[in-house]
Amino acid sequence: MIIYVNGEPQEIKQQPFTVADLLVLNQVEMPEMVSVQLNGEFVKREDYQTIQINDGDEIDFLYFMGGGAR
Amino acid sequence: MISFTDQQLERYSRHIILNNVGIEGQLKIMQGKVLIIGVGGLGSPAALYLAAAGVGTIGIVDADKVDLSNLQRQIIHFTSDLQKTKTQSAFEKMKALNPDVHVNTYHLRVTAENIREIIRDYDFVIDGTDNFPAKFLINDACVMEGIPFSHGGILRFSGQTMTVVPAESACYRCSFPEPPPKNAVPTCAEAGILGVVAGMLGTIQAAEALKYLIKQGSLLTNALLTFDALKMDFRKVALRKRADCPLCGENPTILRLEDIEQAVCELKR
Ligand SMILES: [Zn+2]
Repeated sequence: MIIYVNGEPQEIKQQPFTVADLLVLNQVEMPEMVSVQLNGEFVKREDYQTIQINDGDEIDFLYFMGGGAR
Repeated sequence: MISFTDQQLERYSRHIILNNVGIEGQLKIMQGKVLIIGVGGLGSPAALYLAAAGVGTIGIVDADKVDLSNLQRQIIHFTSDLQKTKTQSAFEKMKALNPDVHVNTYHLRVTAENIREIIRDYDFVIDGTDNFPAKFLINDACVMEGIPFSHGGILRFSGQTMTVVPAESACYRCSFPEPPPKNAVPTCAEAGILGVVAGMLGTIQAAEALKYLIKQGSLLTNALLTFDALKMDFRKVALRKRADCPLCGENPTILRLEDIEQAVCELKR
């Protein structure tokens, strides 16, 4: 299946495929620093293991961006 | 009704000539009140542009003094300002740039205790802070007081910003319900920031404040704008106001402000 991660197409062979799997596949090192949206809907952290991603789904990673400005 | 002096007509002529601004728009700017929390990387360009634009009252909040390591990006502060308070340094530049502007200085850190009273006097707030406890505090206080604000964050070569109009659009907690765990936040020493990225983001925030004052165009609400200056990619992700947001949702669990433990940043200021 093809999914869209941050607007970029990505081919996924694994089935079933959860949000948690996607974070691993994309080597998100600190999942605590990211919020996930699936087709525009916020995904709760406790649902990462259970919510499945399907063909054509759009996933956005929203990163915490704070400082480093001081 | 304020009337324009000849000097003001001249000073603001490039605004006034714009169809979307005109005399009425410039008047709204001159009657506007904007609070900038943090006159660092983001607040510096915002304060200068808003002063130049003639925003009637600009509040600036910062508890820090100007440090040599600030000058690579905090363009309102000069080498001659080292050890001055940031509020005093910024005040001097803003008044020199535009004596028309009334500048209120708050040499303090915003806390759960003081923030609501401070923001209440303003039409729009710009978050130019450098840490998550302050960002969550500003979001929560602005939502509770119903004051629109611009969130901003920067990291290395990237920036992100969203505008929140309380009750109407998604708040920061709709997408980021809780601050990140302390140990996950990169330390200041690890992070770093390309100076100009702060300028790009702070300038976008100032543009949102001006648009809010003149009621033109559409604000960056229900969207998170992220850019990566390395590739010069800009991306806008649509956000939704969540019915189950802990702050602005139907059954909020956050009913009063609380100070969140400060993330560790022991780097010399
Ligand atoms: Zn919310």
